[in-house]
Amino acid sequence: MKLILENGDVYHGESYGASVEQGAILGEVVFNTAMSGYQEVFTDPSYCDQIITMTYPLIGNYGVSIEDYEGLAPSCKAIIAKEFCEIPNHWKGKKSIKDFFVKHNIPALVGVDTRKLVKTIRSQGSLKGVLAADDLSFEDCAPHFKNSLSGQVSRVSTKGPIHYSSKGEKRVVVIDYGCKKSIISSLLQRQCDVILMPWNSSFTDVQEQEPDGIVLSNGPGDPSELESVLPTIRELQEVYPLFGICMGHQVFALANNCKTHKLKFGHRGSNHPVKDIESGKVFITSQNHGYSVDLETVESSDLSISQTSLNDQSVEGLKHKYFNAFSVQYHPEANPGPSDTNFLFDKFISMLEGE
Amino acid sequence: MSKNLSIKKVLVLGSGPIVIGQAAEFDYSGTQAIESLKEEGVEVILLTSNPATIMTDQGIADTTYMEPMTPEFVKKIIYKERPEAVLPTMGGQTALNLALTLAGEGFFEKEGVKLLGVNLQTIQDAEDRELFKRLMKKINEPTPESTSVNSLNQALEFAEQHGLPLIVRPAFTLGGTGGGIASTVEELKSIVSSGLRNSPIEQCLIEKSIAGYKEVEYEIVRDSNDNCIVVCNMENIDPVGIHTGDSIVVAPSQTLNDKEYQLLRDASLKIVRSLKIEGGCNVQLALDPQSENYYVIEVNPRVSRSSALASKATGYPIAKVAAKIALGMTMDEIQNPITKNTCACFEPSLDYVVVKFPRWPFDKFQGANKKLGTQMMATGETMAIGSNFEEALLKGIRSLEIKREHLLMESALGLSKEELMRMISKQDDDRIFYIAHAIREQATLKEIHDLTKIDLWFLNKIHNIIKIEEEIRNSDIGFETLKRAKNKGFSDSAIAFLKDVPTSLVEDARKRFGIQPVYKMVDTCAGEFEANTPYFYSTYGEENESIPSNSKSILVLGSGPIRIGQGVEFDCATVHAVKALKEMGYTAIVVNNNPETVSTDYNLADRLYFEPLHLEDVMNVIELEKPIGVIAQFGGQTAINLVEGLTQRGVKILGADHETVEMCENREKWELFLKGLDIAQPLGLTAKGIEEAIDKANELGYPVMLRPSYVIGGQAMQIVYDQKELESYYQEHNLKLEEILIDRYMIGIEAEVDAICDGKNILIPGIMEHIERAGVHSGDSFAVYPPQSLSESVIEQMSSVTSKIAKSLGLVGMINIQFVIKKNEVFVLEVNPRASRTVPFLSKVTNVPMAKVATKAMLGMDILSQNFTPGLMPEMNTVNVKAPVFSSSKLRDVDTALGPEMKSTGEAIGRDLTLEKALEKAFQAANMNVPSCGTILVTLADKHKLETIPLLKKFHEFGFSFLATKGTSKALMEHGLPSRVVEKIGESEKDLIHEIKSSNVDLIINTITKGKNVESDGFKMRRAAAENGIICLTSLDTAHALAKAIELKALKVLTL
Repeated sequence: MKLILENGDVYHGESYGASVEQGAILGEVVFNTAMSGYQEVFTDPSYCDQIITMTYPLIGNYGVSIEDYEGLAPSCKAIIAKEFCEIPNHWKGKKSIKDFFVKHNIPALVGVDTRKLVKTIRSQGSLKGVLAADDLSFEDCAPHFKNSLSGQVSRVSTKGPIHYSSKGEKRVVVIDYGCKKSIISSLLQRQCDVILMPWNSSFTDVQEQEPDGIVLSNGPGDPSELESVLPTIRELQEVYPLFGICMGHQVFALANNCKTHKLKFGHRGSNHPVKDIESGKVFITSQNHGYSVDLETVESSDLSISQTSLNDQSVEGLKHKYFNAFSVQYHPEANPGPSDTNFLFDKFISMLEGE
Repeated sequence: MSKNLSIKKVLVLGSGPIVIGQAAEFDYSGTQAIESLKEEGVEVILLTSNPATIMTDQGIADTTYMEPMTPEFVKKIIYKERPEAVLPTMGGQTALNLALTLAGEGFFEKEGVKLLGVNLQTIQDAEDRELFKRLMKKINEPTPESTSVNSLNQALEFAEQHGLPLIVRPAFTLGGTGGGIASTVEELKSIVSSGLRNSPIEQCLIEKSIAGYKEVEYEIVRDSNDNCIVVCNMENIDPVGIHTGDSIVVAPSQTLNDKEYQLLRDASLKIVRSLKIEGGCNVQLALDPQSENYYVIEVNPRVSRSSALASKATGYPIAKVAAKIALGMTMDEIQNPITKNTCACFEPSLDYVVVKFPRWPFDKFQGANKKLGTQMMATGETMAIGSNFEEALLKGIRSLEIKREHLLMESALGLSKEELMRMISKQDDDRIFYIAHAIREQATLKEIHDLTKIDLWFLNKIHNIIKIEEEIRNSDIGFETLKRAKNKGFSDSAIAFLKDVPTSLVEDARKRFGIQPVYKMVDTCAGEFEANTPYFYSTYGEENESIPSNSKSILVLGSGPIRIGQGVEFDCATVHAVKALKEMGYTAIVVNNNPETVSTDYNLADRLYFEPLHLEDVMNVIELEKPIGVIAQFGGQTAINLVEGLTQRGVKILGADHETVEMCENREKWELFLKGLDIAQPLGLTAKGIEEAIDKANELGYPVMLRPSYVIGGQAMQIVYDQKELESYYQEHNLKLEEILIDRYMIGIEAEVDAICDGKNILIPGIMEHIERAGVHSGDSFAVYPPQSLSESVIEQMSSVTSKIAKSLGLVGMINIQFVIKKNEVFVLEVNPRASRTVPFLSKVTNVPMAKVATKAMLGMDILSQNFTPGLMPEMNTVNVKAPVFSSSKLRDVDTALGPEMKSTGEAIGRDLTLEKALEKAFQAANMNVPSCGTILVTLADKHKLETIPLLKKFHEFGFSFLATKGTSKALMEHGLPSRVVEKIGESEKDLIHEIKSSNVDLIINTITKGKNVESDGFKMRRAAAENGIICLTSLDTAHALAKAIELKALKVLTL
């Protein structure tokens, strides 16, 4: 099997996971630099429609466990790696990565010079790619490249509200743009009752749940496609304490008249340094995003920048100048990655308590 | 936060001489730190006593002191230089302990000197077991149930409560000296006793054994703004129970899922924050393989061997960053020097696998107890980088240079599964090889896991290697098989061995198939950002990232892992060669595999290849880079061993070529050569069989020096004084008809010369005279520059012989010649056509950067044009003594008696204006601090008794008393020397071992070295001395030197 990029580059490898149906699969080819946490990455709904290249060469070492799913099932298109572990060994990870791929019908390509691929993406930006059988040529796959990859949020979001109950007295509505399980469990751990609601829920839908606060979740794709949800967010932020994460951060920014743009090749990994402007402290964060908030557009908005990336100075954190609302571009819920910024959930909880 | 600009002058403490547990990594970290401080405009003063270091080179620190690492000298330097601060975190435990002592006295406070990077409380919290445990409890981090004991009884009580096995760790010791795991009460008694003695505060931590847990380390950096990052985590393949320095280690961790990785990361950060460390720190943790339970094992609040490894494994320069943090900078203000466009505040991501393999000294110490435990025994290590675990492991094995090119050991071939399982359970340095052989003999991975607790993931990978072996054996090697084998790191020679064909056949087939390695960059960020650091490793993939430059390049071969006989000295020479090449405008390429050293700092060479020093791996680099020449002179025997193969492949060797090397190593050719030049050498003959040996020995006249012709480097070399000793030599070494070399042993002064030849002229910077007479390995001798007792005529003879030999060999580059001098006549003992281990010492004391001069000479710049006058240089006016330093207390069952086999691990220098003062400093620097009065235990061979009397009389006058066994005591009495009689070993409870253990002895002079077996009395006594930290001199010459040093400070008692 092989990967054909829209620029014509071809990467050969062996088919490892599920077989490729109808000869070819299209996705946006991205890379993730995390050295552990492959299962969390593969099941994160934010990777919807993407072909994930892992830079760490050995994937599957500790198998796959029931606990470490971040979504019900992976929504990515395919996985590319240098080597998959045939015989994992871990008390929790009883299943092999191959079982996982087959079960969830995820094709994978193995034996690829992943570093070469990463360097191509680094220099040319994220590219569309087609995973194709060996006998297909670039021309054969050309029609695929014309297909656009969009509308992911509506596909991965819950269709109706889901209630995760805890003994807590606070209730949080999480707007699901493609929410990771760990966001919900971070709230549950803090004794919050959590209601996960569809991405296009209206202000009234949310209000009916009588929440104490709102979390805008992470999710896949281009935030500018979500124009329709912006008025709801504007209403919500006036009434409830609000916390945006990743896609949630981006739509929070858009709702407040900022703009977003596509990054050249995104931030995906567990080692991204983010500096808090007020304290001067640096946190190592888990990131997974292809879009970013325009720095210049924040200045003229009602938001202010609270955190920036030390790697490329892009916007990593925002807060509302007047409302009880803030957001971060990265993943404070970790899984995978460091929990340095886990305290943001505590900060959010204290906002609910009116502090 | 911005820099602490108030600090303008800093004293950096080095780590002193190299011992097991504290090796070249501190030259690397110290050098990096000094350069990093200077970048910030700080004036740097350095103190270390090890001349064989890059950090002591001119131009590194602003002012360098090579003085003993004692509180006294630190004080003197502080008084003289008045630095505002001291940086003690770059010089290992030695520097930290030194700082602790002085801080404890209140010295720094009194003098207004700041301690950078660490404070007194931090050191105590991290190093005092009890305080550490208390702190862990406070921050809710689990430690194994344990207690600190100051007596054996306390230890026994704890054992009764908590049961065995228990781990014993002495407080404040290097590499866990004196510790171990006790499974029986007897073992507990013995280990605790030795631990208490070894601990400077007579304290041991006794803790419940968690042997079998996964051992994981995190390398952390923290700054003053509480920013904290993990540079790298590492997993020991050998679970808890074997010191991490003796474990095979992989980076990053392979068997931890993300939750576990983060759990341990969080714990590590929490600990480092609670200790308020500002700089580098290492945290060791143990993780239950069956749950998320973990324990904190220990913390090193400083840069360490592991941080050097992590720096090389990731590309993140920990020491460099830590030094800037010590000045008050925060990580976001410090640039990532590899990418140059991101900052130092991030966590490196690896897109490869790193395997560290320890290098043990057991090839030199064949009688040593090889069982691995909590006390580190490795002298060095290799690091290998690959795209998969198997590749990195096999490259690591090739880098070790233990005559194994694969996970295969000839001595294990033919052993049954049961025998192999028994060998595995011995838990020694060969364990991983026995494991592979056991798998070959159908042992199940489960069985091996049950025995070793090594994670099945690793065992599966070893099994993979064996599956590929089977595929190779059972098929015609086609493209697919060959590619698979190469991908997994098999060398051509291993494949050839398995297939029983010549290596060239495999190589040809491989090249025909177009299977060639590519080189990938180590860039800290898994390719996410552009990096320009030319630091490469080979693997089998598609894209080659190493694009050779168009300029003329020279490849320098490094010296691989540090071992006895090939230490950091060779790395120094390598670094100098690289610097010289760069000065001359060549592109300098380095191939080496030792993560501890300066030569593998990616800032040094123009291009660094982290590869095994194995012919195939080196040739691959050469085929890519096409250097105009290869320098093998500075990489010790490692590099020299590659010369033949490289020459056969048409590679141009600069310096001594293959022919010259062979000439010096081939006994017959060499004899003819010297004869032709009319140069004398001790008579020598060869013999096969004991009868012939007796005849030949009689012909030469006793004493004679014996060695089997097939060994190198002084192994199994011995001096015998009569036929009986010769016979027992044959017995001990189980010799039959092997060829034995018999040389006349000349009792005389030994001296050596390092010189540089440019083909026409020769430059001799100086001559070193050895204190010990010939017969003691030159590496273990005290040596003095300039010579103190050699006549002008002898010196002239030596320099003319050196010149004659070098010129007749047609040598361009370095040469080392060892001489023995008898009755004013000079005999040549040995010639090495390469840089020797004395080059850094001689370079430092004569101010001639010899390796640089030699490199330039090799590239056509003659001695004259380098502004040197040919011939022997005038002597400097300081006296410089090189003292050998041993790691005897770390190695069990190793005889400490000096002989023709080298045993020392490092060296220290003593410099002053007189010999006596230089000697005194050298003894101090080598940690041989002898009081000016006390008790000497004397056991002498009959042949030495008369010779020793005047020496003992001297000691007696200084104020020493004697303990002696009956015979010796009688001899002393006859010469008017009173002594207390002590029983021979086993003759009573209060025998001489008892006296040693009861600290009734301050010094031992022992010349009975006969009978090397473990049961001999001399051996037992020397071991007892080593384990109890008592100096034991086995050469009367060293004793004479010591007397000279003591005389300086001895105040005699006079009668009226």
